[in-house]
Amino acid sequence: MADASPEREIPAKPRLLSDPKFRALVFQILASITVAAFIFFIVRNTLTNMESRGISTGFGFLDRASGFGILQSLIEYNETSTYGRTFLVGLLNTILVSVLGVFFATIIGFIMGVLRLSSNWLISKLAATYIEIFRNIPLLLQIFFWYYAIGFNLPGPRQAMSVGESLFLSNRGLYLPAPVFESGFMATGLAIIGSIVAVIFLARWARKRFEATGQLFHTVYASLAILILVPALVFFATGSPMHLDYPSLQGFNFQGGVVVIPELFALVLALSIYTAAFIAETVRSGIQAVSHGQTEAASALGLRPSWILRLVVIPQAMRVIIPPLTSQYLNLTKNSSLAAAIGYPDLVAVFAGTTLNQTGQAVEIIAITMSVYLLLSLIISIFMNWYNAKMALRER
Amino acid sequence: MSHDFAPLPDLPPPGSSVGAIGWLRRNLFSNAINSVLTLFAIYLLATLLPPLFNWLFFDADWFGDSRDACTSGGACWVFVSARFSTFMYGFFPENETWRINLIYIALIACMAPLFIDSFRHKVKLGVFVIFVFPIFGFILLFGGVFGLEQTETSQWGGLTLTLLLASVGCVAALPLGIMLALGRQATNMPAVKSMCVLFIEFWRGVPLITVLFMSSVMLPLFLPEGVSFDKLLRALIGITLFQSAYIAEVVRGGLQAIPKGQYEAADALGLSYWKKMGLIILPQALKIVIPGIVNTFIALFKDTTLVIIVGLLDVLGMVQNALNDPNWLGYSTEGYVFTAFVFWIFCFTMSRYSQSLERKLHTGHKR
Repeated sequence: MADASPEREIPAKPRLLSDPKFRALVFQILASITVAAFIFFIVRNTLTNMESRGISTGFGFLDRASGFGILQSLIEYNETSTYGRTFLVGLLNTILVSVLGVFFATIIGFIMGVLRLSSNWLISKLAATYIEIFRNIPLLLQIFFWYYAIGFNLPGPRQAMSVGESLFLSNRGLYLPAPVFESGFMATGLAIIGSIVAVIFLARWARKRFEATGQLFHTVYASLAILILVPALVFFATGSPMHLDYPSLQGFNFQGGVVVIPELFALVLALSIYTAAFIAETVRSGIQAVSHGQTEAASALGLRPSWILRLVVIPQAMRVIIPPLTSQYLNLTKNSSLAAAIGYPDLVAVFAGTTLNQTGQAVEIIAITMSVYLLLSLIISIFMNWYNAKMALRER
Repeated sequence: MSHDFAPLPDLPPPGSSVGAIGWLRRNLFSNAINSVLTLFAIYLLATLLPPLFNWLFFDADWFGDSRDACTSGGACWVFVSARFSTFMYGFFPENETWRINLIYIALIACMAPLFIDSFRHKVKLGVFVIFVFPIFGFILLFGGVFGLEQTETSQWGGLTLTLLLASVGCVAALPLGIMLALGRQATNMPAVKSMCVLFIEFWRGVPLITVLFMSSVMLPLFLPEGVSFDKLLRALIGITLFQSAYIAEVVRGGLQAIPKGQYEAADALGLSYWKKMGLIILPQALKIVIPGIVNTFIALFKDTTLVIIVGLLDVLGMVQNALNDPNWLGYSTEGYVFTAFVFWIFCFTMSRYSQSLERKLHTGHKR
């Protein structure tokens, strides 16, 4: 063949330009240079702009006194506190909303997801109506609705709705009895921790015995008994070192107890109802993903319906549910930033809002705020990945 | 003596297992728990629904032009009808609203053939709607040429702004999202891949509200001196970057769903990277991710309400604005119910459409 066309030499190696490795290298270098040039352009513009507007750079402002009060803070805070402290207050408020939201959304979501699959036509349709209504309305609108349309129209403190004279709901917020711990409560606290540890060991022992001998142990009942009885015994033995501080109407508002401010109440309500609609769909699809053959096989083995659910369906459904559930938790955490719209003092409201307006340190503040959310997302996804790996199918 | 075996005719099924009674017994009263649940649900509906319907329809005031017309104690829909044009068109000049209507009509006319199964040129029409139509829409909306009166972006508002933000955000994010997805899949280029991963994970990790904050306070600092962007454009840039990361993840799902054989076949044919992607992989991948893109569009459509934070008045912003009008204080419930209804209609229709698409498209790649 080579003799037929002696002029056309087949190169030993492909030409440099058509070598995929070389092309990839060139492309990557070009892309990196473009990105670096773009970043350089932005940084230089930012620096010149900040200089011409007289904005100082750096994080020194975090040590200056803030001079404004915050509606609700979990740690001690007043006008003389620093901006750094403001940041902490905002961060803790964000975490509080997220934790409460995740808690309630999970409960409502799982209940609604299971009801959606109920064999009862009416119940299933009601759950479907709930899901379709609440996941198709913007969250901000729902927050506004609960805060402005419902919260503002609640009765005043004097006509507050109450449950057993200890729980009051009015336009000033939700008042709950607050636990007051006395000096001897330490022993009860230790008893609670001790019984949790005991329950963990008990569960391990019961599982080992079950795997070795096949004998069942009523772990759930035993654990409940330990968890309730031991701390209760210690509590009463040490002379009940805790009482509840009930809110009571004095003048124009309630005194005592712990208050859930209307902003927090509306925000947690809207966040949990909205996210629960998505979680319900996740739960429904997860349970439906467990094939019917599994349920049939389990009943052929003679398992009780409750055992089928607990031992066969739920462990398999959880594997399907967890990844989308993680992203719902992440969404809820990010959505908690909508607090700024109704004035709940979360990170975005007090830090990226008030602090930014007062100091003008836009770049630093936005960077800190964004990294906090990135970090929170990272922590939640690491935790859920760990849980997912624990629940994953162990193939032998 | 043989006698033929003549079976008796089938008995009819028991009356309690067919017809309406049978349905009730199967679906509502199959066991004790279900019966209790059903009765409880009926009780709940009977106590909640009549007052709700009375408020919404029977006791509501529908006609009039001021709050004096609202006397009957039900919902005051007069508030909505009096403010309807601002909810729809924002502060657009009143005798120019035909331009917005024309955009809607033209858009519906362009989109309608996409839903007809036998229509042949869906792809061409889709490309037209995505790339050419926005130019036409922008000229009509902004004006300044062909004798159209020029409008300010601050006059754009209401539902028009909501639709504009969502659709421009999604269309502009599409090419960027596809490039990011391709970059993330490029395993032979670690530098490009890691840049894409960083970009995607960054935008997916932060809330849209901080993105809007950033685009409104930090973007002016990023630009060279003397260059400034309009408030709407700044929000649009933020939304586009945010949305492109979500679209990239959806497209990546599509790229991963294409069987490896397709990639190998394209390589075996000697196609270059761009030809392989443009002719073989992307046409298949984009087809199966359409439902996913519709879902991100729905999410973005709901999230556009956040622009109220940076001072743009979308449909929710217009309602909030109207609620502060001293003539209409105290009608927040009506305003929110109306807005919720508008959003619900859009989102529910789109999600149903995406579900039906999913069923229709998910045929070819199931093995």
